[in-house]
Amino acid sequence: MPSFNDRNLIPRGLERCSLQGFALRLAPWLLLFAFGAYCIYLCLRFGLNQTNMDNRFAFGLWIFLDLTVIALGAGAFFTGFLLYLMKWKALKSVINSAVIIGFVCYSGAMVALAVDVGQPLRAWFTFWHPNVHSMLTEVSFCITCYLTVLAVEYIPILLKNRKLKQIPSFLVFEFELHKVIPVLAAVGTLLSFFHQGSLGGLYGVLRGRPFAYREGFAIWPSTFFLFILSAIAVGPSFILLTTKLAEKLSRKPLVRGGVYQMLGKTSGVLLTVYVALKSVDTLIWLNKTSQAAGFTPFEFYTFKPFGTWILFAEIVLLGLVPALLLLSSRMRARPAVLTGAAILACCGVALNRFVLTIQTLALPTLPFDEFLSYFPSWQEFGVFAAVLAYGVLVYAVSFRYLPLFPDEKQLTAPVETEELEYVSRS
Amino acid sequence: MAATKKHRRYGMVVDIDLCTGCGACMVACAAENNVAPAPERATDRTGITPMRVYPVHNGAPGDRRQTAFLPLMCMHCSEPPCESVCPQQAVELDEATGIVTQMPQRCLGCRYCMTACPYHARYFNWWDPQWPVGMEATLNPTVAPRSRGVVEKCNLCASRLHAAEDQATAEGQPMPATYVSACVEACPTGAMVLGDLDDPDTEAHKLAKAEGTFQLLAKLGTRPKVYYHSSRPWVRSLSERNAKEQAHA
Repeated sequence: MPSFNDRNLIPRGLERCSLQGFALRLAPWLLLFAFGAYCIYLCLRFGLNQTNMDNRFAFGLWIFLDLTVIALGAGAFFTGFLLYLMKWKALKSVINSAVIIGFVCYSGAMVALAVDVGQPLRAWFTFWHPNVHSMLTEVSFCITCYLTVLAVEYIPILLKNRKLKQIPSFLVFEFELHKVIPVLAAVGTLLSFFHQGSLGGLYGVLRGRPFAYREGFAIWPSTFFLFILSAIAVGPSFILLTTKLAEKLSRKPLVRGGVYQMLGKTSGVLLTVYVALKSVDTLIWLNKTSQAAGFTPFEFYTFKPFGTWILFAEIVLLGLVPALLLLSSRMRARPAVLTGAAILACCGVALNRFVLTIQTLALPTLPFDEFLSYFPSWQEFGVFAAVLAYGVLVYAVSFRYLPLFPDEKQLTAPVETEELEYVSRS
Repeated sequence: MAATKKHRRYGMVVDIDLCTGCGACMVACAAENNVAPAPERATDRTGITPMRVYPVHNGAPGDRRQTAFLPLMCMHCSEPPCESVCPQQAVELDEATGIVTQMPQRCLGCRYCMTACPYHARYFNWWDPQWPVGMEATLNPTVAPRSRGVVEKCNLCASRLHAAEDQATAEGQPMPATYVSACVEACPTGAMVLGDLDDPDTEAHKLAKAEGTFQLLAKLGTRPKVYYHSSRPWVRSLSERNAKEQAHA
């Protein structure tokens, strides 16, 4: 029986491991995905009683996951914005990877959201009976439209596959698509901008939850702007981390060093602005907004384990520290510091999303309320795992069969070039 | 001449000093609104109790300890934080009655309204509603049961209001200034009063204006239409979270 070989599907000039080795590495992720798919089935078939959420903890792990992956996926639209609109040409070497990361993050969040609602089949009601005053309506419209944009942006990368390229009409289609990519990047930037913001607004508008409620500008609470800023600050860091991880796992250089510096510096500058504005916002909230609602400053931090340490960790340890590290060109030049700071920045945004989603619900509002705790069920973790495994699988398959990093060929081939020159001279 | 329809602003006043915590209002509410029996796995945080009586005490030790009972339901806020957040207009403040209505048929089950409500007066249907064989016969035909995966809450017995309206119309009368909800009917001590808060002739209006009456978390700006009344200062301190004389659950 002839054994199947995928050599012809791998881009020309790129080295990839054997198909067996690839399958072996993906097997654990496939298993995890299968387990997660079973959990999704349980939740859809038997309802949300499969979770540990309840009437008081109405949002849980999944909303935290959605907000975090979408913040990390911001690298897609922001890289597109910098490359196509600001003409930062060096970012061309990571744009394909960024688009796939964005696609994975957004589609993963979409799946988690579909499982998270009690009546998924009524999702279209939001488009049919939209409440224009609801931040969730804005979230639904933006996430749907932007996911469509990301899918369209994914197509030209998909059509670069060696086999697909052989079909002439696909080649023409890809060529035509390339012409509108800057337009898509602009549309994507606008949509994602509002999407990130409306996710922040989701909690910021809750005046019944003084821990989350913020005043702001016009109809938007300050969290609207802070979410946009924090997302575009850590987006490049996440692109940096995923690219470094891909380099480590494939044991190949994929991009030139200058790109990492550029991504790190962008993150650093934006993170510094974010930390400054977040600090001002926190001071206004503690001294004015929460007091006006009848809540004393720091009352929120009297419930263990959510003491003031969480505020310090969010703003200083995982905000200011990575911001300063990424700002300094001397520190940034050290690969370990660059990676470490990017990890801290990503953890910071995850903690910010955790605080706003989970801590908000844990804290009491009524005078006779108690502090609440919640721990997700295995089914909730399963759905989380499915989204994670789905992301790894899509990225791994794309990395193997599509030219994700345009510089890879050049960076991995210098030995061959020298050899050729030697052969021609002799 | 046909009676002209007048807008009402229905609300409730609960005299905490009269409440004995018997729970009759909770049972009556569940029976009236076809709330299915809770499944075995349900907890006090996953069950459906549109009317819920909270026991509270003054925090004092020994014989100085005092206990009170606080029936909590949807506050039918005039500035409802749940209405503006619903993505598909399943929540509505009825301008004609002041009642905050929930349309389970349109609810997506996203539970955003539940996170928005500071009174925790909204409940999610975590399970399919099921009644033991024979118990279907006790269902109230004027209220539709809700399916799994949607949010529900107190609607101030809207079906009873409709019946009262129909009767008033038949008699050529304007919209009634008061009607009897299931909880009000069931309360053995008459601790609850329901009526048009804007009509100076109703008892609800008078009690809402009386000394010792308060609203829960008034500083949040939700303008609740459910008021509480007590002659005891420590009970009145329940109005705000950080009041000096704090009560305990």
